[in-house]
Amino acid sequence: MSNAENTTTVLLCGVGGQGTILAADLLARAAVAAGLQVKLSEIHGMAQRGGAVSTVVRFGPEVRSMRADVGCADFVVSFETTEALRNLPFLKEGGTLLVNDEAIKPLPVATGRAAMPQNARGVLADHDAVLIPAGRIARESGSPKSTNVVLLGAMAAGLPFSQDSWEEIIAAHVPPKTVDANIVAFRAGIAAARA
Amino acid sequence: MQLLSGNEAIAQGAWEAGAHVGVAYPGTPSTETMEEFGKKDGVYAEWCPNEKVAVEVGAGASAAGARVLATMKHVGVNVAADPLFTVAYTGVNGGFVVLAADDPGMHSSQNEQDSRFYALAARIPMLEPSDSAEARQFAHDAFELSERFDMPFMVRSTVRISHAKTLVEVGEREDVPVRPYEKDAAKWVMMPAFAKPRRVSLDARVDAVKAWAEDCAYNRIERGSSEVGIVCSGAAYQYVAEACPDASVFKLGCVWPLPENALREFAESVERLYVVDEASEYLSLMVRALGIEVAAFERPLPRDGELSAQAVAVAMGADVPPHADAPTDVPGRPPALCPGCPHRLVFKELTRMRAIVTGDIGCYTLGALPPLSAMDTCVDMGSSISMAHGFELALRGTEHRPVVAVIGDSTFAHSGLSSLLNTAYNKGAGTVCILDNRTTAMTGRQGNPFNGVTLQGRESREMDLEGVVRALGIEDVRTVNPHDANAVRAALVEASRADDLSVIVFRAPCVLLERKRKPAFEVNAKCTGCGVCATLGCPAIAKDPETGTASIDAGLCIGCGQCEQYCRFEAIVPGAAE
Repeated sequence: MSNAENTTTVLLCGVGGQGTILAADLLARAAVAAGLQVKLSEIHGMAQRGGAVSTVVRFGPEVRSMRADVGCADFVVSFETTEALRNLPFLKEGGTLLVNDEAIKPLPVATGRAAMPQNARGVLADHDAVLIPAGRIARESGSPKSTNVVLLGAMAAGLPFSQDSWEEIIAAHVPPKTVDANIVAFRAGIAAARA
Repeated sequence: MQLLSGNEAIAQGAWEAGAHVGVAYPGTPSTETMEEFGKKDGVYAEWCPNEKVAVEVGAGASAAGARVLATMKHVGVNVAADPLFTVAYTGVNGGFVVLAADDPGMHSSQNEQDSRFYALAARIPMLEPSDSAEARQFAHDAFELSERFDMPFMVRSTVRISHAKTLVEVGEREDVPVRPYEKDAAKWVMMPAFAKPRRVSLDARVDAVKAWAEDCAYNRIERGSSEVGIVCSGAAYQYVAEACPDASVFKLGCVWPLPENALREFAESVERLYVVDEASEYLSLMVRALGIEVAAFERPLPRDGELSAQAVAVAMGADVPPHADAPTDVPGRPPALCPGCPHRLVFKELTRMRAIVTGDIGCYTLGALPPLSAMDTCVDMGSSISMAHGFELALRGTEHRPVVAVIGDSTFAHSGLSSLLNTAYNKGAGTVCILDNRTTAMTGRQGNPFNGVTLQGRESREMDLEGVVRALGIEDVRTVNPHDANAVRAALVEASRADDLSVIVFRAPCVLLERKRKPAFEVNAKCTGCGVCATLGCPAIAKDPETGTASIDAGLCIGCGQCEQYCRFEAIVPGAAE
């Protein structure tokens, strides 16, 4: 049994502070603008203190559950490679795995009590992960803080929402001074996904 | 249409219903409800020191004729239970609505409890929404229902309702005047002579609500096959609707009292009746109590943690779709105290002195995790101080390790104060550390009596923490800068050597409050790889897996200088200003 067939499920994961929630919020608004039903589910609290975070956005003509199920996510968008591995079970067969090509060491690794995964790249390659150097693209496009919007652009390349609509939403919902930088980052993300 | 979280929607519904007063103590997943309510026009909202006080303030405002919203997390309902049970007797004047936000899955809580049992036990009608649109509707309607039936009404949400955003059609605020108050001791003075007839009145009011619940619009049947019928409510309804699109579903919006006759008729209309409960047995017990036979799932539904559409589908016999397993060597990523957190060195020093540490509820509970591993117990708000007293009682007359309670400023105001009163009164011993970081940090930096910040930015008093402690007759009270390792160590050692009760106030603001950064520290070539700095558990400090030498992440380090004090080799040095 999988999540409903006419509903698109996107799981965004990463490390607290990476901007997954803003990206999820922009995605949800893009789906609303397309006239779809949307549910966005995030977890606050203890998880915010540098821990692993994940946010789920589901959209379609009629959305029920607000959670992603194992083997049911059409997109797993990970802001970090280790979190991509952790959330691999959610990916649907044939789903898209989009990963920011950056590893952030969890505290147990940094303090020598655990090690990073042995074969992260190999496992990601086995699942046809699209690795995007989102941090570098953000820096090169002059907006180093827009890594999340680069990833959003890379995801948008696989979604049926118009670029105008995306850019209107970004312009309306990021801090006013950062609009231009975020639009540049978004376009760079689309280009990276299509490259 | 707006995309609102369940919490935002409840605030919106209450505001539209003309609610005048909001009272709360912050607690995940309820917190944003009162924050959002407090931002709206024409309302008064305040943080109270705890949920019991909030419900009592609410009871007073309701008695005086105002419409009142009180919000709390599930464990807050335990604290507020005393007034709640009796407010069911008195009833209301202005509508009184209480949000109980449960946390199945324990994302940010110490237990998993189902507030629907409170509705049953206290006999307070309870509505449970399944998305933000219902959250707005139920919160709105509950005020009029509360007045109509002369009962407080509860709204129950869970984390996936409170923190999920779904589309909501919002409305305008109704102008509801504060109702006139008239003295009526038989209604408001719950001494036995008046409480006994009020108990009879409660039964009559419950009967009236039961009659209303029997065909209320918040309960509905979604008719599907006659083979399978499923009774559910709240978030579980969404999972059922997705997992079992062909089943007949009895979706409850009013979860106490239940529509008994309608449920019996529904049970008779299907071959097998299932009940889907999340981390609880509430509904299945209630349905069975009606004499309805509840079918067993093909595979048992999980007893603990959150449900999902898949969990329901699997219980009904479906298979999990093909998927990859995560590699077994993926390291955990637990949350940690922030870089520069003023709590860190207190825990470091408590570990060094091998103290028995009774902890409490807040960010600082993270001091229990490695590498600090500095906590022996954590149970509930305020328990650090009372449990330390208990440890001292059990260990008295023996040679024992120092017993130290650790509690935050907001938690101390919530219920630590009465615990300290007890230890002081009973001449208890031990050391109490109050980690005063000037805010209620864990829930998102709300105000509290000890920082003098109020919910709507009104001018207030800032309570004198040391003065309050001294007023209890405790003489050994000291104030220490928690960023100064030597001062922290000296204070803890001195205080724990004393025979009497001592209190240390560690005062420095939460790093998220000021967000001040100094240049990041750096590790130079003198590093011997001794690893002491890494035992601080600072997310900015890493140890090279091969050489053991330290490095500091300039992006994470805020230049607090805590680690520099632990380096005997002068290898950690301030970096250059950018």
